[in-house]
Amino acid sequence: MAQNNEIRYLNPPTVEVRKKKYCRFKKAGIKYVDYKDAEFLKKFLNEQGKILPRRITGTSLKFQRKVAQAVKRARHLGLLPYVTDLMK
Amino acid sequence: MIKQYETVFIATPVLSEAQMKEAVAKYTELITANGGEIVYQEDWGRKELAYPIQKMTSGFYYLIEFKADPQFVNILETQYRRDERIIRFLTFAMDKDAVAYAEKRRANKQAE
Repeated sequence: MAQNNEIRYLNPPTVEVRKKKYCRFKKAGIKYVDYKDAEFLKKFLNEQGKILPRRITGTSLKFQRKVAQAVKRARHLGLLPYVTDLMK
Repeated sequence: MIKQYETVFIATPVLSEAQMKEAVAKYTELITANGGEIVYQEDWGRKELAYPIQKMTSGFYYLIEFKADPQFVNILETQYRRDERIIRFLTFAMDKDAVAYAEKRRANKQAE
C-alpha cells in the first residue's frame, strides 16, 4: 500500500481556509428574536422553508433555540410557510 | 401577579370592515373587563397567508399587547375558540427582553 507521502497529487490539495463563523446575535447584541418579523427570520430558512442548522448559520445554541421557536410561531400564524419551493 | 402578554389573531377575510372592528372591540372590552390593561394595539390589515388556513388564503391580522393576570389567558383563548370569525390566534407571554424589544419597536413605529 503506497506510503502516504509517496502519493503525489496532480494539484496540491487545497485546504480551504474556514472563515471563522460568529453568532450574529451576540455580535449585534440582539436579545430577542421577534416571531412577527418574517423578513428577518427568512435569513434562517433555506429555499424549502426549513430551518438552517447551526453549522451553517453559526448561531450559538441559545439563539438557535430562540430562532427555531420564533420560526415555529411565525409558521403557526401563517407568516412563514411550513414547506414551499423557491421561497427566496 | 400581572404579566405582559401579546396576542395576535387572524380574522376571516370574509368580514366587512365593520365586523372586523366589532370583533376587535369585543376582545379589547374582554381584556379591560377582566382587569387587564391594554398597552398597545396594531392593525396589520388584510395580509396574504403563507398557506391556506380553512380554505382561506388571506386574513385580517390584529395585534394586542396587554397586561393581565395569568388566569385571564384561558378565558381569552376559550373566547377565541368559540368565535368562528377568528381562524387562528397566538397568545405569547413576554419576558423582559420581549418587553424591551416591543417598546423599541413601538418607538420607531411612532417615529415613522
